[in-house]
Amino acid sequence: MTNIILPELGEGITKATIACWHVNPGDPVAAGQEICEAVTDKASFVIESPATGKLKDICVKDGQEGVVGGVLGIIE
Amino acid sequence: MRGIVVEDWGLIGYADAYARQKALVQQVLDGADDRLVLCEHPPVLTLGRMTNPQSLLYQRKEIEARGVVITAIDRGGDVTLHAPGQLVVYPVFNLNKYGKNLKAYMETLEELAVDLLRNFGILAISVPGQRGVFVGTDKIVSIGVGVRKWITYHGLGINVNTDLSFFDLIKPCGLNVRMTSMKKLKGQEVPMADVKTKTIEQFQKHFRSLNP
Repeated sequence: MTNIILPELGEGITKATIACWHVNPGDPVAAGQEICEAVTDKASFVIESPATGKLKDICVKDGQEGVVGGVLGIIE
Repeated sequence: MRGIVVEDWGLIGYADAYARQKALVQQVLDGADDRLVLCEHPPVLTLGRMTNPQSLLYQRKEIEARGVVITAIDRGGDVTLHAPGQLVVYPVFNLNKYGKNLKAYMETLEELAVDLLRNFGILAISVPGQRGVFVGTDKIVSIGVGVRKWITYHGLGINVNTDLSFFDLIKPCGLNVRMTSMKKLKGQEVPMADVKTKTIEQFQKHFRSLNP
């Protein structure tokens, strides 16, 4: 299993809100595929799948806040 | 400008410009030089990812009856308006070259907008906790960006000669803020060509200093 992590967005940014997921649990995903968007401070940041497989679980849902380095979802 | 190619798209429909911008993101991702796009849009309300439905102060039909297109887009922030007379700036920059720092990038956009306005005798400020650039309590420049693989898109809306009555349709950026323009502050139209020239100079200055 591979965790989808909210990446470092730069010094001083510790959290971001997930604006939307482009895939649902159970959907196949490919490494590098754009799977969700995080927004912080008037910027939206596209997050890509770190692995090929199936999205097992979404840990931070649309509208919820994630922390940098935290797990947003899981791929199996 | 070395390393940054300027493109002036003139007056261009939002959807058309958006498609061209996304194509540029891919080109820059593939190794092309950074692009600085300057343009103006016919009246359009763009709804960012965090748009509160209450930021639209009229029914959709009433807004569209004024000739304003409404479109949802993938940038941060709430609703904003573009209309002729507003200089829209889309930096399609590879932030891998500038230290991959989203906050520093946004702050640099604000700083260069403040410097740009100073060129025209307008004293503007950035306000902690609020993105954009203000003159007193009125907002003159809106900022909202998107980032894909550390390539930026979307950018700045600088109210040069914008018809400010369009902003009565919305709560700009979801805020109870009044918008202003360079024209309103100077009491006369400001030549768009001059603003474009100075904008290019400011990008050259600010992003050269960021370039390690």
